[in-house]
Amino acid sequence: MTDPTDLPAWAALLASFLVLLGAGFTLVGAIGLLRLKTFYERMHAPTLGATWGAGGVLLSSIVFFSVLQSRPVLHEALIAVFVTVTTPVTLMLLARAALYRDRSEGSTDIPPPIGADRGAKTDHSV
Amino acid sequence: MSATILSWSLLIAHILLGSAMAIACFRMVRGPRAQDRIVSLDALYMNAMLFLLVFGMRTGTTLYFEAALVISLLGFVSTLALAKFLMRGEIIE
Repeated sequence: MTDPTDLPAWAALLASFLVLLGAGFTLVGAIGLLRLKTFYERMHAPTLGATWGAGGVLLSSIVFFSVLQSRPVLHEALIAVFVTVTTPVTLMLLARAALYRDRSEGSTDIPPPIGADRGAKTDHSV
Repeated sequence: MSATILSWSLLIAHILLGSAMAIACFRMVRGPRAQDRIVSLDALYMNAMLFLLVFGMRTGTTLYFEAALVISLLGFVSTLALAKFLMRGEIIE
């Protein structure tokens, strides 16, 4: 069975649902990248595409090719593992670089340091 | 019937991913700062990888999987190098 039109109905419906879910979440993340105001807010938006978007499309691809070739096709899991490991690393490095640049320029539009937030909280409780 | 639904949803997924790539390109051109451009380049890489995976499903071959894997690898390395460059001013010290 190698023709995509031979797929059983459940596999075709599951694959289409998952691929639409993944692509829709990726588009929502891209719209967030366009619409959010500051850089530190914008940074969160594309991770929706890296988690749910990639997850949906990769699961759909796994279902599609496994049913099509009548054997478990799991090499898409490689991309899933790789994306899950690398996205936090790159975005944390980038956030630290942006914070360093903003602080060295004396910009006021940066997130407050953790210590200041904690101090305010303890003052409030006391 | 289910094959029709599958081919249409793959087409719609291509359109959604293509618009996501266009939006990321727009943000990359618009800026306003270097870190914004790097974040949108990262998003563009991710969307291009998903675009190729959907392309492989549409054609029914696993050939495009290797291309998607290479894109995700190179996207990670390039974003890392650009972030390092923003932080330190040079990549290999």
